[in-house]
Amino acid sequence: MKLDAKVPEGSLSEKWTKYKGSMNLVAPNNKRRLDVIVVGTGLAGASAAATLAELGYNVKAFTFHDSPRRAHSIAAQGGINAAKNYQNDGDSIYRLFYDTIKGGDYRSREANVHRLAECSTEIIDQAVAQGVPFAREYGGLLANRSFGGVQVSRTFYARGQTGQQLLLGAYQALSRQISTGRVKMYNRHEMLDVVLVDGKARGIIARNLLTGKLEKHAAHCVVLATGGYGNVFYLSTNAMMSNVTAAWRAVKRGALMANPCFTQIHPTCIPVSGEYQSKLTLMSESLRNDGRVWVPKSKEDAEAIRKGEKTALDIKEEDRDYYLERRYPAFGNLVPRDVASRAAKIETDKGKGIVSTGLGVYLDFGAAIMRYGQETAHSKGIENPSESKVRELGEQVISQKYGNLFQMYEKITGENPYKTPMKIFPAVHYTMGGLWVDYNLETNIPGLFALGECNFSDHGANRLGASALMQGLADGYFVIPYTIGQFLSEEIRTPQISTDLPEFERAEKEAKERIEQLMGVNGNQSVESFHRRLGKIMWEYCGMSRNAEGLKKGRQMIRELREEFYKDVFIPGDTDEYNFELEKAVKVADFLELGELMMLDALDRNESCGGHFREEYQTAEGEALRNDEAFTYVSAWEWDDNNPTLHKENLVFENVELKTRSYK
Amino acid sequence: MRLNLKVWRQKSKDAKGHFENYSLEAEGHMSFLEMLDVLNEKLISQKKEPVSFEHDCREGICGTCSMVINGRPHGPQTGTTTCQLHMRHFKDGDTIVIEPFRASAFPVIKDLAVDRSSFDRIIQAGGYISVNTGQAPDGNSIPVERQEASDAFDAATCIGCGACVAACPNGSAMLFTSAKINHLEKLPQGKVEHGHRVVNMINQMDKEGFGKCSNVGACHVECPKEIPLENIAAMNRFYLSSVFTRE
Repeated sequence: MKLDAKVPEGSLSEKWTKYKGSMNLVAPNNKRRLDVIVVGTGLAGASAAATLAELGYNVKAFTFHDSPRRAHSIAAQGGINAAKNYQNDGDSIYRLFYDTIKGGDYRSREANVHRLAECSTEIIDQAVAQGVPFAREYGGLLANRSFGGVQVSRTFYARGQTGQQLLLGAYQALSRQISTGRVKMYNRHEMLDVVLVDGKARGIIARNLLTGKLEKHAAHCVVLATGGYGNVFYLSTNAMMSNVTAAWRAVKRGALMANPCFTQIHPTCIPVSGEYQSKLTLMSESLRNDGRVWVPKSKEDAEAIRKGEKTALDIKEEDRDYYLERRYPAFGNLVPRDVASRAAKIETDKGKGIVSTGLGVYLDFGAAIMRYGQETAHSKGIENPSESKVRELGEQVISQKYGNLFQMYEKITGENPYKTPMKIFPAVHYTMGGLWVDYNLETNIPGLFALGECNFSDHGANRLGASALMQGLADGYFVIPYTIGQFLSEEIRTPQISTDLPEFERAEKEAKERIEQLMGVNGNQSVESFHRRLGKIMWEYCGMSRNAEGLKKGRQMIRELREEFYKDVFIPGDTDEYNFELEKAVKVADFLELGELMMLDALDRNESCGGHFREEYQTAEGEALRNDEAFTYVSAWEWDDNNPTLHKENLVFENVELKTRSYK
Repeated sequence: MRLNLKVWRQKSKDAKGHFENYSLEAEGHMSFLEMLDVLNEKLISQKKEPVSFEHDCREGICGTCSMVINGRPHGPQTGTTTCQLHMRHFKDGDTIVIEPFRASAFPVIKDLAVDRSSFDRIIQAGGYISVNTGQAPDGNSIPVERQEASDAFDAATCIGCGACVAACPNGSAMLFTSAKINHLEKLPQGKVEHGHRVVNMINQMDKEGFGKCSNVGACHVECPKEIPLENIAAMNRFYLSSVFTRE
C-alpha cells in the first residue's frame, strides 16, 4: 500500500495558507444537504462538531458520556501553547514548530507540525472570545508560563484547570449549535463499528448505553475524535472510560494504526499505593517550573526513608541528588517528559526510590517557597523577615500558582506538600500513536477522518507539555473545517445515505454477534481482572524501557491472555440494559488486540526515540540512540489476527536538520 | 477497616428501589470509589450484579461521579468530589449509607446513577457566547481586569455534577445556573447577550422541573468546587433588571 501524505507543494511557511486558498469549497446550499458524523466530543470533537455546524453541515455528534462536558480533555491541567510571543522573549511560529519537531525526536511530519504552530495563535483568540477565563496580568493582558522542553514562555493557562475551561468553551459552542438544531447530539452512545459503503466511510453502529439497543447512523463522512489508548496499561492518568474501541474498530475495517508503540510516560504522577488502585493522578508539569526533583545521594538514606525511619526533611541539602539539574544543566527540571521519566527510572533502578514500593522520587518546593518569600518580603518592605515569615509569604505565592494541585495532592495522599516534598513517579499519560492520517487528517479509508489524540500526526515520538490541548483544538476549529471540504466537495451529488443498505445490516449483525459472544462466555473471571493483568504485561514489557526479548515474550503473553479472556470472562447482567461491565468488556477485548500490536511495533523499531526506549540502543550516558538512516519513517500497521502488515511513510525533513536531541 | 454499607439498589428508572446491606474490608488509602470497586469485584465473584455508579476521571474534575454518602452529596469532606474522598476519613466499624442524588429533575437510571441531562439543556438555552470559529479578534485586544478574570474563573470552575441540586431541599438548580451566568457576565465578551441569557436559562431551568430557591445555602456548602452563594443573589438581580428592561 502506498501511503500518500498529500502534503501540499510550496515552502513550509506557505503550504497551509496556499492550500487553504486553493481548496475545493462546498457552497452553503450544498452544505445543508451533507451529513457529518462526529464521534467523541472532547476538545477535538466538540470544536469540530460546533464549527462544522456553524459552517452549515448537518452534524450528528456522539459521546459515550452522559454529557459532552465530561470528556477527558477536561482533566488537562497545565496549559496550552501558542506562538503569540506576547512575552517578547523570541518566540515565533517557527520556534514552536521547531521545538515540537525536536521534542518529538524527529518522528513527526514537518508540514503538519508547522500548520499546528500556525493555528496555535488563533486558538487563543477563539477561546478568549468564547469567555475562557485565562490567567491575566495586572494590566489585564494574558499571562504565560513555561513548560518542559522549551526556553520561552508561551503557555496560556487558567489556574490548574486549563483543559476544563477550554473544554467548556468548546462544549458551550457545541451547545449553541445543538440549540439551533444543526447538531443532533447523541449522549450515552458508544460507537461499535464504522460502516463502509463502496470503500467510503458512510456511518457507524452505536450502542445506546441506556437501553443496550444497537443503532445504525448514516452520513456522508465520519470524523473520529475519540482520544488516546493509554488505558491499555490499565493504570494511567486517563479517565476510567477512555478507550480505543472506536479507533480500533476502524482499524479492523482497514484503517492503519500509526506508531502505536509511541506512548508518553509522564514524569510527575502520584505513585501507586496499592493493588486495588484504579487509576493514577497526574501532577501538572507546570509544577516543574518551581519544583526541584531529587533523590538521596546514598542508597542507605533512601532505604531509611522507605522503611519510614527517615523523612525527606532529615536529608541535608548536600546529601540530595538533584539529578535532573546535574544531568541536564541547560534545561534542568524542565527537560521534556520522556527524558525526565527515564531519569527517574534510572535513579529508582539504582535503589534510590523513596516510597515503600521503591518507585518514587521527590518533587520539592522548599527552595521556591523561600525564594518567593524573600521576594515578597522585599516588595512589601519587610526588613529582616524571620524564616517563618518568609516561608509563610512564599507558601502564599505557591498557593496562588498551584493551589488546586497542592490541594488535590493532599486529598489523595494525606500529606501536606507545602511542608514536605511531593512524592512522584512516572505514569502512562498520553499516546502519540494513533490512526494514520494524511495532511487532510483523513485516514487511508476515504471519508474517515481522525482528530486530536486519536490520530498520530503531530507529536512524533514524544509530546511536549501543553501541546495536546493545542492539537485537539487546532484540528477541530481550524483544520478539519477546511480539509473536510476536499472530500465533501466530491459528494454534493450523493443523496442522503440510507441505513437500510446491506452494509449497515451486516455491520450491525456483526456488532450484535460480538456482544453475544462476550456475554455467552459466562466464565469465572471479571473483566477488571483481565484488564489489570493486561496492564501489568504492557507496563513490564512495553513500558518505560523495552527490549527485543521482553517484547516477544509480552506479545505471546497477550495472545494467551486474549485466549483466556474469551474462555473465562464473566459479565453479569443483560445486553438490553444499562450494563457497565458489558461496556468494559467490549473495551478490554479491543485493548487485548491493540496491546499485541504495540509490542510488535516496538519490536520493529530497532532504535530509541522519544518515549520509545529500547535498552539495546542507548549512548554510553544512557540517552536514547536514534537510527535516522533506518527508522525515519512512520510505522503504519494493517491489522490481521495473525500477522499484521507494516506499511511505511518515509518522513522527509526539508527544513530541519536531524540532530541528536540534547537538553544538556 | 471493616465497613457496613447500606447501598441503594434500583433496577431501572421505574423500578422500586431498596437498601441492600454489605459488609466489606477496606483500607485508608483507598478512594471511596475504589472501595466500591472492591465491593463490585466481590459481587461479581459471587455472580451477583455489581452496583451501578457513574465515574470517569477520578480526579475531581469531570463531574461524573455523584452519590449521597451518609446524607451528604459527595460525602463528608468539604470541597471534595466522591472520587477524591478517601477512606481514611472513615473508621473501623462505620456504617455508610450510599444513595443516588435525589431530585425530580435527576431521574434514577440504575442504582446510584442518575440522569443529569437537564443541566445540558440549561446550557443550551443560553450558557454560551455567540461567536463562530474564526470571528475572534486578538486575544489581547480587550484587557480584562485581573480580579474580574479571577472571579469569572471562580464561577466557571463548576463541574456540573449536580451536588447543589441534590443538597437543596427544593431540588433547585440556582447555583449551577447562576455560576454560568456570572462566569460569562464578568467578562466583556459575555456581557453583550447577557440579558437574553439570564432570562432564557432561568426559563429553561424552571421548565426542567427544578425547584425554587429559598436561601437555604446547602448548595454552596456541598459544592465540591465551593462555588460562592453570591452567584445566586447576583442572578436574581440580573433577572429582575432583565425582565423589566425588556419587552
